[in-house]
Formats: sequence, structure tokens, C-alpha cells
Amino acid sequence: MADLRDLYQEVILEHSKQPRNYRELGDANHKAEGYNPLCGDHFTVYLKLAGEKIQDVSFQGSGCAISKASASMMTQSVKGKTMAEAEKIFRQFHGLVTGAEHNGSQEELGKLAVFSGVSEFPVRVKCATLAWHTLHAALEGKQEAVSTE
Amino acid sequence: MTTAPNTYTDLRPSGPAPTDAGYDVRRVRRDFPILAQKIHGKPLVYLDNAATTQKPQQVLDAIARYYSEDNANVHRGVHLLSERATEAYERARTIAQNFLNAARPEEIIFVRGTTEAINLVAQTYGRRNLAAGDEIIITAMEHHSNIVPWQMLCEEKGARLRVVPINDRGELQLEEYEKLLGPKTKLVAMGHVSNALGTINPVRRIIELAHQQGVPVLVDGAQAAPRMKVDVRELDADFYAFSGHKIYGPTGIGVLYGKASLLEAMPPYQGGGDMISSVTFEKTLYNKLPHKFEAGTPHMEGAIGLGAALDYVNRLGMENITAHEQDVLAYATEKVAALPGVRLIGTARQKTGVLSFVLEPIHPHDIGTILDQEGIAIRTGHHCAQPVMLRFGVPATARASFGLYNTREDVDALVRGLNRVREVFA
Ligand SMILES: Cc1ncc(COP(=O)(O)O)c(C=O)c1O
Repeated sequence: MADLRDLYQEVILEHSKQPRNYRELGDANHKAEGYNPLCGDHFTVYLKLAGEKIQDVSFQGSGCAISKASASMMTQSVKGKTMAEAEKIFRQFHGLVTGAEHNGSQEELGKLAVFSGVSEFPVRVKCATLAWHTLHAALEGKQEAVSTE
Repeated sequence: MTTAPNTYTDLRPSGPAPTDAGYDVRRVRRDFPILAQKIHGKPLVYLDNAATTQKPQQVLDAIARYYSEDNANVHRGVHLLSERATEAYERARTIAQNFLNAARPEEIIFVRGTTEAINLVAQTYGRRNLAAGDEIIITAMEHHSNIVPWQMLCEEKGARLRVVPINDRGELQLEEYEKLLGPKTKLVAMGHVSNALGTINPVRRIIELAHQQGVPVLVDGAQAAPRMKVDVRELDADFYAFSGHKIYGPTGIGVLYGKASLLEAMPPYQGGGDMISSVTFEKTLYNKLPHKFEAGTPHMEGAIGLGAALDYVNRLGMENITAHEQDVLAYATEKVAALPGVRLIGTARQKTGVLSFVLEPIHPHDIGTILDQEGIAIRTGHHCAQPVMLRFGVPATARASFGLYNTREDVDALVRGLNRVREVFA
């Protein structure tokens, strides 16, 4: 049986209550909006790219504990990374929360491993990945809001 | 000859009927096999009845019996099975007619559900009668299915959608409605009971005011029909829609009631078999009511299941169901409102069935997941009523909605579950 504590890990709860990099980025040169129409989660991800490098990243918006903590920890993990590195972390993170990549490499995930419990709660996968999809859109410079539906 | 169809109306709840002394909810629960199961190791507490209801054995049996004994296409065959299937299907129509107290059976059109009923009226009555500059009045608490079909129509016709606002309790502002009603108004479409707030709207008065201006009214009864006595003649409703699956019947079936005079004048909805009386390549003559609006092989199993569900509800007695649900709602309102951090969304003086709330600062989605682990099924989200969420300044709510089998113990379980939510987020 899935255990709630696996989903709502202390770290996750803590990030949801006090999200990091939760602000508008004045000198952002990329930004994207993402929403999950089903539950009303809505985030904006701001990026300051210098060439291939993510010099700064932040987010704002509202959502459930999982989506907010995921956004918060995402900003921490991709800051200072190259675009390609960030996309790679996203792929590994996606594998982790969908339970699809048990044997795949997850060495880049670091602290993000606390989200492994999400794979036991399939309806919450969209919550955990919303900020990442939004980041992806921001990296690609897409103008349209992304939706998890 | 064996006339099996008679058995469709003989579907009493197991055990003696409830007496005047009270409504025996324990006995009622035994009719619903799904309720006996465990979810994540805990007894199921099903509080998502505004989304869909569970089905009593009597409905399941009626459907199984139809397929085991009477299945054939309706209105077509000369053979006995077709006759029996037709009889069973048309009997379901009569049951629905009596349920709504409609004057004639042909005023009952079987559709897929409330959504299709509204679209039918928009695409037939609406397209025929609306022109550029005309107006349709809806309210700020409508379900998306009573917003979007009208928006589509307005866009096509260059007509305008007017919205009656609601107050902070979630009640309709009738004075504003009266101001909106005018010579441009061609139709009023309004929910009887709000699925997001539980508000019971004063539809009798709304209809009276509209009729003073010669404007017809469509009532979305998806949430009212399962919870309160509906009498379309007493209301003088022009159209009334409800869904089978929300009233303990199957999915994929619902009812559009329309006054015969209006239905007669409307063009057909879809073309096909059953809705015609003769077809040549030069000219097709449409069938009479209700068949004009029921193109193709209908959802026979659905109609028969719906008939069984309405019989079931009738046997329990709508007054008893209403009183029972009011008791559970009042109890739940008191218990849930007393929890720290709870804000009720929708506190109308006339309410039924639905308890929408937020538990700040915890997001409804997290509440839903944690309650599910406790075996408690509620709905979280915008409930297909995004304008309502906007009005109350919340992205989503948690919603417990009650049915005829819910108990005060279910509410106690909900309160324990909500305390658990608060512990997790403490
Ligand atoms: C008030 C109201 N109107 C309309 C609908 C649409 O009903 P259905 O999805 O059965 O067509 C619903 C249910 O979702 C509802 O609650």
C-alpha cells in the first residue's frame, strides 16, 4: 500500500511552505507559464540564460504542496546548469515520478530523489512535473502557456 | 406469452419499505454493493455524489434482466422481443414523465445526459430563434455545460451572454436578474441547484419573471433531480434537464423535458433512423414527438436502468431522501465549519447536497489525496465551474457531496480525515 509519508516527505512539505526562488526575476530573458486545468495549479517560470547556461531561475504561482515543492526544488537543482544538463535532469526526474525508469540512471537527481513516492500516486504525477514542463517551455522559448492536460 | 417488462417496475428496495418513523439508511446502504468495499484498507466513504452516484442492485438487475430476457431494437421489429424492448423503453419514458410530473410522455426526450440536453436546446431552439443583438441570461454559478453551449451559440449568431451575479453566500442576486431581463432576452438558462455551491435557486420566481416578458426558461436540474421533488408544471419550466448517472441510474442516459408546444416548433437535432416518418431524396418528413429528437438506436439499457433508478427513488420517497440529506448536510456543515482553517464556499440559506470548502493553507488536491488514503472519496478542483472559483478567489475547493446512502458516520469519518490532513501539514 502506498504510504502518505512517502509522498509527503518532510523536505517536500518544507519546500511547499517556504518555496525557494519564489519571486519574479527582473532581468529574466525567458519565461513560460504552465497550468493544470484539472486542479487549477498555475505557475510562471523565469529564466536568465547566458548562452547555454542557466544563470538564474525563479518561479511564482499557486498550486498544491507537490507542485510547489517540485517547482522550488527544481529551481535549486538547475541553477548554474547548462540547458542540456537541465533537460537531462528533467528526463531523469520524469522517469523517477512515473516509476518508468527504475534501472535508468538517476545520479543527477540528488535531493530530487525525495519525489520517488509520487510514482505510487499516479494522479499526482502531473503535479510533480508541472514546473518542469514549464521550465522546458521556457528553455525552448515557447510563447504559449503549457498545460498538463 | 411471458411479459417480462412488468418486472422493471417491481424493484422495491430489499426489506420492508421505510416507515413513517424514519428513513432506514442502513437498509438502503445494503442495496448498493459497491459501498461494502474497502479502499486502501479502510471502509469506503463515498462523498462524491455530485459527480456521480452509485447504483443500487435494483438498477443493476434491471439492466441484466433486460439483456438476459428482452433485448432487441426498439420501434422496429414485428417480433415479440422488439415489442418487449419497445414496451420497456417506453415505460421508462412514462416513469420519467411521472417523476417530473410532465403532462405528456412525448415531452420526455432521452438524451445522453444534461450536457446533451442543453446542447440540443441550443442547437435547435437556440439556432432557430436567436439573432444578432439578442441576449441569453445565465448565472455566475453555472456548470460549464450550461455556459459553453450558449457561448458557442452567441458566437455563431452575434448574440450576447448576460450573467446574473451572485452574492458572497453564493446566492443569486435576483434584483440584478430583473434588471438584465429585457426586450432583447430570448432565453434564460439556469441551474436549479449549483454543483459547486449547493445553492438552491428560486427557479419558480425566475421563471415567473421571465414569462412576464414572454421569455422561455431552461432549467439545468442535474443536481436538483436527485435531491428534491421536481414538478415541471408547478415550476412552469419550458425545458428541464437531468442526468441518469447522478440519480442512481446508468451513465450515458439523461432526460430533456420540453413543453410539447416548444418541441413541436423546434427543428430536429440529429438526423437518422427513428426520427423520420418518411424519407425520399426529395423530401424527408420528420417523426412526431418524442422520436423527432431521438435519432438512431437509442440507449435502451440506459433508459431502462434510469427507469429502475427513478422507481427506486420513488419507493424510498423523495421527501424522505430530501429530509435525510438535509440532516447529513446540516451535521456536516456544523462539524466541518468548526475545524480550524476551514472556510466554507457557498453558504446560501437554501442549500442542498454539497459542502464545498477550503482548508487554508492546504491545497484541495493534497486534501483529496490524503482523504483517499483514509478511504474517503471527495472531489477537489474547480468542479467544472471556473467562474465560481474566480468569484470566491480560490483556484479550487474540496467538495463533499451527499447522496441518499450517506450517514452522519460518513461525516465523522470525513472530519477525522480532515484532522489527519492537518496533522500531515502541521
Ligand atoms: C449542475 C450540473 N449541470 C450539468 C452537469 C453535466 O452533467 P453531465 O456530465 O451528466 O452531462 C453537471 C454534472 O457534472 C452538473 O453538476
